Amino acid sequence: MTMAARPESGNGKLKIGVYWAASCGGCDISLLEIGPHLLELIEAAEIVLWPCAADFKYADVVSYPDGFIDVCFVNGSVRTSEQEELVRLLRRKAKTLVAYGACACAGGIPALANLNQPEEIFDASYRDNPSLDNAAGVVPQPVTETEFGELEIPRFYPRVLRLADVVEVDYQLPGCPPQADRVWEAITALVSGTLPARNNAVLVGCTDKAVCDDCPLEKRKTRIGSFKRPHLAVPEPGWCLLEQGYVCMGPATRGGCGALCLKANLPCRGCYGASGAVEDQGAAMIGAVGSLLDATTEERARELVAQIVDPVGSFYRFTLASSHLRGRH
Amino acid sequence: MAQTQTVVSSHAAPGTAWEPRIVAFLCYWCSYTGADSAGTARMKYPPNVDIIRVMCSGRIDPELVTTAFARGADGVMVLGCHIGDCHYIAGNHKTMARMPLLKRMLVDLGIEPDRFVHEWVSAAEGEKFTRLVCEVTERVRALGPLELPRQMREFGFGRGLGSKAWGE
Repeated sequence: MTMAARPESGNGKLKIGVYWAASCGGCDISLLEIGPHLLELIEAAEIVLWPCAADFKYADVVSYPDGFIDVCFVNGSVRTSEQEELVRLLRRKAKTLVAYGACACAGGIPALANLNQPEEIFDASYRDNPSLDNAAGVVPQPVTETEFGELEIPRFYPRVLRLADVVEVDYQLPGCPPQADRVWEAITALVSGTLPARNNAVLVGCTDKAVCDDCPLEKRKTRIGSFKRPHLAVPEPGWCLLEQGYVCMGPATRGGCGALCLKANLPCRGCYGASGAVEDQGAAMIGAVGSLLDATTEERARELVAQIVDPVGSFYRFTLASSHLRGRH
Repeated sequence: MAQTQTVVSSHAAPGTAWEPRIVAFLCYWCSYTGADSAGTARMKYPPNVDIIRVMCSGRIDPELVTTAFARGADGVMVLGCHIGDCHYIAGNHKTMARMPLLKRMLVDLGIEPDRFVHEWVSAAEGEKFTRLVCEVTERVRALGPLELPRQMREFGFGRGLGSKAWGE
């Protein structure tokens, strides 16, 4: 599809911003994954901020009038005061703010840090780790006095927050990273104005149904007799991985990826977040696993669930910051 | 979940002592009838428990338990028919598999084990129901308030306009 430039945006081009907060950079790369469509995008749109790919300064963003950016994609969760400041600034400068990727939508992998107190994280990073050489015990301080004056670095927040915890989000495009076809669909819909009405964090580029709906593997209506881990066993091809005892997040996860991992015979990791009416992905997954166990006695049920290694890390791998409990208390 | 919009709060009114708030999910056929029989027999138990009747303990989605904690419950009880007694034959088999896993997860998320109790109570076990409520109330009282809504507000969850804050 070709993209018609919108006449109302100044030079006729749609102004697009991309920003990263607490993220790995994979979301930025996933934007490039749209391949040749990039040329169409650049024809119709002008990049006005993209720290990963273009040399814009924060001062440039500050100088833009409010609402100057037509669409701003923000990936990553919010961990520091700098990220919050930028996200708030971008909310002001952007007509439409899109939470792009699992971290912005639901906390993502960085939100697993919500299982630890900030002090524990600082201990592991700066004080107590075999790979550290920090005899003086130097730990970053928000404010440091130097001979040149006071130096400030961003404050480290007590918990990892998702974007919607900090600002009003118009759309959410989930995935780790969002799958290229879905990204292109969302971009063309944005440009042509066919996206659903802007509303409180509407999900786009995904379906309401579970990943199982797109999964090609066969359900044999068998029950789980033991749990296995994908790096320690080889699954039988063509057969539902959860039924085989691999923790597959499919039943609790929103579709949109086209069951990519399953097509490679790997269990779903749950990156598109909670499906349909589900709010808490991990709790929903417990519901799903609980109905599939091959157990008729309590002892057997306990024995089986004890085989699941790290339920929190597996069931909330991408959604701890948007779960009901949001982390460890 | 849409079904539970109730806000539970254990915050004491000014000038009164804190009292634990415990949400108890009871299956209709056994445990609720057991609680009913406790009442009919005029057994005494603390008024700290808010009973929510569901048709089967297999219907108690783990999301309901996490919702209760997130909205301010200090403790949650899940009571169902004994294994073999389920009105729907195997509903409680699902409960039996889900609750130990849920408990493990709650403990990993920092909820003390005594705050979440899963037990079987038959229609004839009014006495067991009474004993459980007394024990759980005392154990939760000893642990003190959980106050997850306050903690989450302090951590900054739900500050933006884009999401509603829990417990508000």
